[in-house]
Parts: sequence; structure tokens; C-alpha cells
Amino acid sequence: MRYLPLTEADRSAMLERIGASSVDALFADVPETARLAGPVEGLPGHAGEMAVERHMTRLATQNASAGSVPFFLGAGAYRHHVPASVDHLIQRGEFLTAYTPYQPEIAQGTLQMLFEFQTQVARLLGCDVANASMYDGSTACWEAIAMAGRITRRKKAILSSGLHPHYVATVETMARFTGDAIHYAPPALVAEPDIEALAAQVDQETGCVVVQYPDILGRIGDLSALAEAVHDVGALLVAVVTEPVALGAIRSPGAMGADIVVGEGQSLGVGLQFGGPYLGLFATREKYVRQMPGRLAGETVDAAGRRGFVLTLSTREQHIRREKATSNICTNSGLCALAFSVHLTLLGEKGLRALAAENHRLACLAADRLARVPGVSIINTSFFNEFALRIDGDARQVVRDLAAKGLLAGVSLGRLYPGQSDLAGGLLVAVTETVEQEDIEALAAGLEEALA
Amino acid sequence: MSINPSGWRPSLAANDTVQEPTGTVTGNRALTLEEPLLFELGTSDTCGVDLPVPDDAISPRLGGLERDEAIGLPGLSEPETVRHYTRLSRQNYAIDLGIFPLGSCTMKHNPRLNEKVARLPGFADLHPLQPEMTVQGALGVIAELGEWLLRLTAMAGVAMSPKAGAHGELCGILCIRAALEARGDAREVILVPESAHGTNPATAAFANYRVESIPGTPEGRVDLEALKARLGGDVAAVMITNPNTCGLFERDMKAISDATHAAGAFVYCDGANFNAIVGRVRPGDLGIDAMHINLHKTFSTPHGGGGPGSGPVVLSQALAPFAPLPFVVRTAEGYRLVEEETAADNGGVQAFGRMSAFHGQMGMFTRALAYILSHGADGLRQVAEDAVLAANYVLRSLDDVLDAPFGASGPCMHEALFSDRGFADGISTIDVAKALIDEGFHPMTMYFPLVVHGAMLIEPTECESKASLDQFIAALRHIAERARSGDSALSEAPIHAPRRRLDETLAARKPRLVWRD
Repeated sequence: MRYLPLTEADRSAMLERIGASSVDALFADVPETARLAGPVEGLPGHAGEMAVERHMTRLATQNASAGSVPFFLGAGAYRHHVPASVDHLIQRGEFLTAYTPYQPEIAQGTLQMLFEFQTQVARLLGCDVANASMYDGSTACWEAIAMAGRITRRKKAILSSGLHPHYVATVETMARFTGDAIHYAPPALVAEPDIEALAAQVDQETGCVVVQYPDILGRIGDLSALAEAVHDVGALLVAVVTEPVALGAIRSPGAMGADIVVGEGQSLGVGLQFGGPYLGLFATREKYVRQMPGRLAGETVDAAGRRGFVLTLSTREQHIRREKATSNICTNSGLCALAFSVHLTLLGEKGLRALAAENHRLACLAADRLARVPGVSIINTSFFNEFALRIDGDARQVVRDLAAKGLLAGVSLGRLYPGQSDLAGGLLVAVTETVEQEDIEALAAGLEEALA
Repeated sequence: MSINPSGWRPSLAANDTVQEPTGTVTGNRALTLEEPLLFELGTSDTCGVDLPVPDDAISPRLGGLERDEAIGLPGLSEPETVRHYTRLSRQNYAIDLGIFPLGSCTMKHNPRLNEKVARLPGFADLHPLQPEMTVQGALGVIAELGEWLLRLTAMAGVAMSPKAGAHGELCGILCIRAALEARGDAREVILVPESAHGTNPATAAFANYRVESIPGTPEGRVDLEALKARLGGDVAAVMITNPNTCGLFERDMKAISDATHAAGAFVYCDGANFNAIVGRVRPGDLGIDAMHINLHKTFSTPHGGGGPGSGPVVLSQALAPFAPLPFVVRTAEGYRLVEEETAADNGGVQAFGRMSAFHGQMGMFTRALAYILSHGADGLRQVAEDAVLAANYVLRSLDDVLDAPFGASGPCMHEALFSDRGFADGISTIDVAKALIDEGFHPMTMYFPLVVHGAMLIEPTECESKASLDQFIAALRHIAERARSGDSALSEAPIHAPRRRLDETLAARKPRLVWRD
């Protein structure tokens, strides 16, 4: 077998050194009844590289990849062009096949990269500090609520109706077991985000308010007044960003007073990958750093006085604190953080702003074009690269019908909010720099035909 | 003074008093290259991507929230970017460079076929919310991998969405909690052996359980009698790692499960060490109710410098109905992704909800499936055998110079455990580990499990040739002899790495977590 270097002669020599008669003897502690005499039944045997590749390719070709059709899906996962050098660099074996940097003397590459990543994330989200990443945006969102609870010692979280419904579901799952009280109602198909209503909801029991920016319908609202209202009752404002490219065009949540800003970093460097692995971003104020979950890289010096980096503040973490840890998290999303960081390094300030501008330009074009389709009305007055529209009919079915014709038209609100009949006509359309003018025409024509 | 002062703690005082350990002007030593931070190299005007110049004629619809201040993101051109990260990469040790014997972490070879198939556009360029009919092959990957995991473990159900081992642990414990609540049986305690991974008690505490420790026996296993004595109506579950973190198979596993079930509780198995028994032992045959499987350990998906991982959880008949959303089912019309569920269509009980936004770590599923198909049922069995053989070879090749606290307890499984007993005064486990760095190896896991003083946990995996093992053994033997004789030079190690020992106390006392201009 190509991945196993030992020869039969090696195995015999090794057994001799060990003093065992056979490999079976090494499994002597396994009760007889649980020891399998041969390979697990009903499963195929080993296969060569060509056969495996053929099998996997056959499965891959049963899918309609985003790049092969006009494509407008978003809702928390966005298709952006990833420069070729990003994928090349993350496949460097020294990054790809390294472990968590527990031995910093021989892991400075990963540690310095994480330190740079933390700085990029903190600046992008408008916060003092960021961690070395979480699993994804949804789990980071829950961790932010848990952290706010530790800081405020309050168990009530108010979620914006504009928070991604899968994030809401993740939070509700966790809260069911921790006893946190989650207040949430689904959104209405209106132009304005629910920020004013949220400010009116806060009270002395509120630990945090969670608001997505831009929200699930793509709407953008100023968080400053909400931050003030939240702070007035001693609570924290948690902001969630599912499209970080937007922050090249609009103000950061941190600059508007958010105390914890989390996000989904998939947009930069990571790719769609059918939903994972993705990249949780997590940033906050300096004063809360010891309540933060997840790994942290920090600067220090070595015995010769040279600058170096280590994992630090690990007394918050499970391998030291065990049941008293801030989180049970062990793994982060290191390689995705590298991809994000490389992509953002290639872009820089200038590139991110240009990329954001191009996304917004195309989205404006698309919104204007779709508004002319009979039976379509655009909900948003504000948006970045994604907006909601209402069609006369069942958007979920329309999306399926258009998919059958080779057009991936967007994410229906029926898919995101099953059973919410008032949202059944809602469709989210995302337009990134990967969309071409003729794709927009194809979408307009497809909708026109479907609604005729 | 260096011509590249940026690499020399520019942010701390007394910069010019630092002695350059290399004796070169640049601080570089041939192929060992210093690399400044991105923030010392880049400018806000440099861009490594060609993009259209923004069109001022567009009137923005950004809600009046146009960004009005700089972000502070330096950029690099493409050649500078490639060089920056390539130089950084060379300061890392990796499996691609040599043996990476971190016990419990399972650093095995990452086949490049897996990378190739994960990048097929039909997998990599797929949106998680595409209509089912356009992702049948992707759902097929999830279903096929799930089927393998079920058969290899003899379990009834599998939850594929957990994003890492600890996330899988949480999923399993939440399934247990949901099952207990469904039968109206509130219980408060989870029992965890002293030798458990830190994630076990952290997970149990997160799920609002009180954690109680179960003692071990002198031979390094769970004390069955102590466990039985503690079991009662308040115990929700027992979390066992098997093979355990001392590298031993829990001989009494079936008896532990039987006693736990008799007390109305569930058995959670930490599957971090499943690679030692895959294809030879099925956890379902030992009475396990839930076990996470680290695809990045047993099934070779890359660790990537700390993730992403993937932690599917296999479940017994009793727990399977409580698996989280979403999940894949096969119907006559093809695969269906179940994202919503009512109690009525699930035999009266309800899935406990979502653990994360989408369907799990698809990029890891494709890699793990490619690995599993490559090995097949026969190859996976060989994987476990070679891993156990290699660990016993290390154990018996070194137990005359290193103390093996459980060496008399029988063969080890996939990892060999040593203690610091016998080292001269003033020499610690960390000195031995750092000396291995100078010899060109990644050290073993240090100071874990906590039940052994100065623990050194060595997991060679099945991917090392005998020559590689022999070279590692020879180096460690030599270092062990130096440790026994009290060679004080060990405390200086490493001296040949890109950095000498780093000041972790300073890092924690005055945390500098981001670059400040």
C-alpha cells in the first residue's frame, strides 16, 4: 500500500525487538469477542490512485459547480475570485502538514502568520484585538454570546431579525443547553433593518444584542445609536459580518461601537467548498481579551533577545483549565486563516477597496436591471453586494425551476425560513466581481420567463 | 546594527544592545532567512491583484455608511507575497519534513491525491445552499463517507456536521442530554477519567454538567470498581478515551459500558485514538453510545497548523434519533438534505437543531473519503497494525534508558508513554523535547497525560519507515543518556532552530496580540 512504508521484513524485525510473536499479540488487551478476525465485512478493499480519482471525479461531475453557470447565491457564503498564489501558498507542506504551534521554536512561520492575521482581522472589523480564528461564523456568533454572558453575568440575548437564520439556529441549539434566554423573531420584507426596534427592546436583564451587518437581506444600518442604547443598560453589542469584503466599502462595526465583532471569513481566500471548512473571525476590545475564546498568538522574545511569537494566554483554554475553560475549542481554522491572510495581503487596502467598489457597482447594475422585470420588486434601499427581492410566486420553486435550466438564481427565503409563508416570495441575490453582465441578463430573462 | 532591524524586536526598548547570535549583517544564516512582518513590508498603495479602478460615477447605496477612514491594511505585490509566505513557511517543522511524533495528535502523512480531489470544481466551487438536484454528487460524498464510518464502528447513526473533535464531543454530549430530557430524566454529572483530554471536561461543563473525576489504576487504566461505586441516578454519562491517553486499550470497556447502561447512563467515547484500532475493533461492539472521529487524525486530513479539523459523531440506536440537523438521506429520487424536521416525521423525537451554519467540513469529507477508498477495509486494518507495531517498537527500543511507567501493563497501542524518572536533577522533559529539535525532529507531546510526571507521549504513526524510526530512536536514546547524566547543555536547547527558547511568561504578562505602528 502506497502510504505504508514498512516491509514484511521490517515488521518481522520489529516484532523481534518487541518480543512479540505476532501483531495479533499486540492487541491482546482487546477482548476476544471484540477482535475482528479479518477486514470489516461489506466494505471494498484498497484501490490505486487512478481508481480513487476516477470515483471522486464521477461524484464531482454530478454537481453543477458555481463557475459553470450564471451564479447569484450568497446568504453567508460568497463566491469571489481567489488569486492562484493563495492556493499555491496554503499547499506549502510546511503550512499544510504542520500541527498547532506547540513548539514555537520550529513553528514561527505559523505563529507569525497568525499574528499578522489577528492584526488584519482586528483592523478590518474595527477592534483592538482578534483571535487566531474559530470554526466558522455561526459558531463564532455563539461564542460571542457566551463571552458576553461571562462579562455581563446576564443570560438574556436579543438577536436581530436580520441575523442569518442558520446562525440563529446554532445559537438556539447551544442556548437550550446552557440556559441562556434567546429573543428572536424572523425578519419582515421591508427596506429598513430592525436596528431601531432592537434599541427599544433592551432592558436591565439584557446581556447582549446581536446584529448582522449587512444583515441577512443585505440591508445596511448605522449601529451607533444602538451601541449607545445597549451600553446604557450595561449590555454589550455583538456585530456579525458574513461578508467581510463589504468592510472595504462601509464603516466597520467596531468603529460604530460594537464590543465584540465576529464574522465569516470564507469570502477571502477560502472558497465556497459546499459549506466548509470556513473561517470564524472573532475580535473585541482589549479589556475583554482574557474572556475571549480560542487560540491567540502573541509577540515575545527568545533567549537571544530576538523577536518571536508564541501561543499565549492559554490559561483561558481547555488543555490548562479543563472544566473552567472559556470554551472547549481546541482546533481553530488555521489553514483557512492563512488563505484569508494571503488573499488580504495580495489585496491590501487599495485592492480591498477596489474589490468592494466593483462588487457594489455590479450589484447596483443588477438591482436596476431586475427592478425592470415584471413581477419583481427590490426590497432594499441600502445594500452592498446582495439584496432581497420579492416576486409574485413561490421563490423556492422558481429557484429550482431555474436551476433545472442551468441558472443558479439566488437563495430563496423559503429555503432559509421554511414555514414562513409571508417570506415565500423572497429571493436573495448576491452579485460579486465574478458575475458578468450577460449573467445579469440571463437572470433577468430567467425570472421574466418564470414569472410570465 | 543589522540592516534589517525589523526582525529584531523593534517594539521593545534596548534594541541596539541585542547581540546578533548569527554574526551576519542581515541576521540570516544561508537558507535560514529572517522575515519581517507584513506590516513592516507592505504599503497601503501596493496591490497584488489587478482590479478595475473604482467608478466615481456610481452613486452608492450603502445607507450613508461609506467607509471614511483607512483600514490599515498593507498590501504586497504577487512576487513579494509569494516570497513572504514561502520564507515564513520555512520556519515551520512539518510532516513533510520528518517524523512528527506528537502523542494523541496523530500526525500521519497527508496524501496529495486528497488535496487534488478536494479541489475538483464539482466539490470546491459549490455553494452550500444550491438546490439539491445540483449537488447530488456532493451529498453522495457525505452519504458514502457516513456509511464507511458506520460500518467501521458498528454504530447506528452518524452526525456529519461537527467541525472538529471538540465540536463532535459537544455534539455527542448534547445528543445524550437530549435523549435524557426526552425521557424526562434530568441528570447532572458526567464522569471523566483523570487521564482525559482537556476538551472532555470542558465540553461536559459547557453542556451544563458537573464534572467528576474517576481515578485510574496503577497500571494506567480506568478503575472499574471505583466507577461502578460512583454510578447512580445522577450520572448522565461516562466519557472514556479508548485507547486511552496512556496509550493502553481499556480492557474493561465492555464491563464499563454494561455498568453504565445498567445505571441508566450513556457511554461517550473520545475517538481521538480510533486510528489505533480502526479495522480491527468496532466501538459499537464495546457498548459505546457516541464517539467522535477526528478525520484529521484517523483519516489523514491535513492539520494545517491548527485546523480546520472535522469531527463526525457516530451514535448508537438509542441516540441516533437525536442527531443534529442537517443530514443526508437517500430516497428513490436521489439524495435529500434534511434541513428541517418535526417530531412527527422522526418517530416522536426531534433532532436537537443545528451545530453550525451549513453541512460540515465538506473539504475534509472529500479528503477523508479519498484516503479511506485508497486503503479500503484491508488497508485500514493494516494502518492500525503498523501504527501499533511502530509504537511498541519505540517503547521497547527505549525502555532501558527512559522510564516507561506502564511498560509492565502489556503492549501499548499506537503511542508509547515515558516519564522523566531517572533524569538528573535540573533536567526536565522540556529539555529533552527541545534537544530533539536540534536533532531535526519535532518533539513528542510533553506533560500530557497529566497522570504521569513529566510525561512524554510518542506517537510515531504507521507512516514512518523503519529507518526513520531507528534514526529517531537513536537520537532520543542519546538525549536520554545525556538527561540521565545531567548534561546541563540540554537546558540551552534548541540552539539550531530559527529561534531559541521563547519567553512565554513575557508574552502572557504583557500580551501583544496585534501589530501597532
